[in-house]
Amino acid sequence: MLKKLLVANRGEIAVRVIRAAQDLGIATVAVHSDADAASLHVQIADEAVNIGPPAAKKSYLNQANILKAAAETGADSIHPGYGFLAENADFADACVAAGLVFVGPSGEAIRTMGDKVAARSAAHAAGVPVVPGSTGRVADIEQARHMLMDTGFPVMIKAAAGGGGRGIRIANDLAEFEAAFPQAAAEAQAAFGDGGLYIEKVITRARHIEVQVLGDGRDAVHCWERECSLQRRRQKVWEEAPSTALSDRVRDELCQSAVRLARAVGYSGAGTVEFLYDDETEQFHFIEMNTRIQVEHPVTEMITGIDLVAEGLRIAGGEPLRLKQRDIVVRGHAIEVRLNAEDPSRDFAPFPGTVSALRVPGGPEVRFESMLYAGYTVPPFYDSLLAKLVVHGETRAAAIARLVRALKETRIEGLRTTRPLFLALAGDPAVQANAVHTRWLEGWLDTHSARLVPEFQP
Amino acid sequence: MAQIQSPLPGTFYRASAPDKPPFKADGDAVAVGDVIGLIEVMKSFHEVRSDVAGRSIRFVADNEEPVMAGAVLAEVD
Repeated sequence: MLKKLLVANRGEIAVRVIRAAQDLGIATVAVHSDADAASLHVQIADEAVNIGPPAAKKSYLNQANILKAAAETGADSIHPGYGFLAENADFADACVAAGLVFVGPSGEAIRTMGDKVAARSAAHAAGVPVVPGSTGRVADIEQARHMLMDTGFPVMIKAAAGGGGRGIRIANDLAEFEAAFPQAAAEAQAAFGDGGLYIEKVITRARHIEVQVLGDGRDAVHCWERECSLQRRRQKVWEEAPSTALSDRVRDELCQSAVRLARAVGYSGAGTVEFLYDDETEQFHFIEMNTRIQVEHPVTEMITGIDLVAEGLRIAGGEPLRLKQRDIVVRGHAIEVRLNAEDPSRDFAPFPGTVSALRVPGGPEVRFESMLYAGYTVPPFYDSLLAKLVVHGETRAAAIARLVRALKETRIEGLRTTRPLFLALAGDPAVQANAVHTRWLEGWLDTHSARLVPEFQP
Repeated sequence: MAQIQSPLPGTFYRASAPDKPPFKADGDAVAVGDVIGLIEVMKSFHEVRSDVAGRSIRFVADNEEPVMAGAVLAEVD
């Protein structure tokens, strides 16, 4: 078992990880920038170390300062949370080289899944369906022409070294493709120092469905799926589990394929295999694997009763996987919404400021994962996530009713938040019927955003 | 002398990207509406435009440094 854990993150996820560690009797070290000295994660950790100025690259991305803080406090392990250094293979290796346990997979597994072409190849080799397209890098237009006869159009031309939506071009026919391909290669070379390209078919109407996996480096299990189709600019805003779109047969195939991939890369810790799912063909396609705990992990915890962060800490401490697949059973339905410091009526303009008063929702089957407290000033330097409101119910309809009840209880004064968005979505017939896809929310916002005015009390 | 203040709290950038030249160098002339920098607030970027004109700008705030709303970014003569 780990003895002393340094949490290399901030905000709600730092609070979440510190709580899980303390529940297991592991001592905790918080790190913080100059802007976060009064943060909740600093207050609740057993120790705290200042690792630099507000800019993330001088503090939360500063590997040398974080490793120094671990050495000075005698920590034996580092949890990266999500974002920042969580999917940085070199940091995972640097932790190991410094004699520390990195809570997560090996640097090698992070590296394989971080290279989009290598990840596609690994998925293909493990028998996981990938989005139709090239199996590896595409050398030239001649090679692409053959492949395009199979995939058809439209296709995305993607940079092998890209990610996060960068370095992508869409071609609707062969003429567009032939014009775009050399440009994309030159851009990729300039932006990433690697002109390698690969090609994927554009799947126009799909759901985002992802599978939670847990591995110990030898074996792996899944904790069923989450659906996160409600997205704005590729950012998830509402997540739920299970997905009502899947038949039991498809659900089993999807979850089994995620386990195969996790086993194939010797995955250790909590991870997520992401897919696009097409309702009409009932086909799913691998998009990527996130080699870390995810923002929306609590919906899985609510339907399975498993503490995923705690399991990750146990595995990092050397315990074999405790859970057998047959023991991981789904109960009811869970929904999470992300309360962000943004004004949904004004194109989601960010709204940092001071929480003048706070009323947290409660009651059975309601979780409020947050770093907020009355008087806390939300700094402008980091992301806008204030709280995750997570609810559970026997059915999806019961979960939505509980979500509305809990949202009405919630008051975060002094800031504008995305709360009105979720009250409106919960009342929308398409959301109630789960008749959505990944582009649905953006279209809905075009006609509905003007009336999502946050109540505001300074 | 006039001042250009930050409309938002966040991180001030003098260029559109680390490998790009700054929008304005010290001593450059400024027209009303010229972009003089960016403020990053919670991972979104907002252009800072000058509401004054002058023959010479001098930056007070440093590149990539935190600023509060109302902080003076630059002075214009």
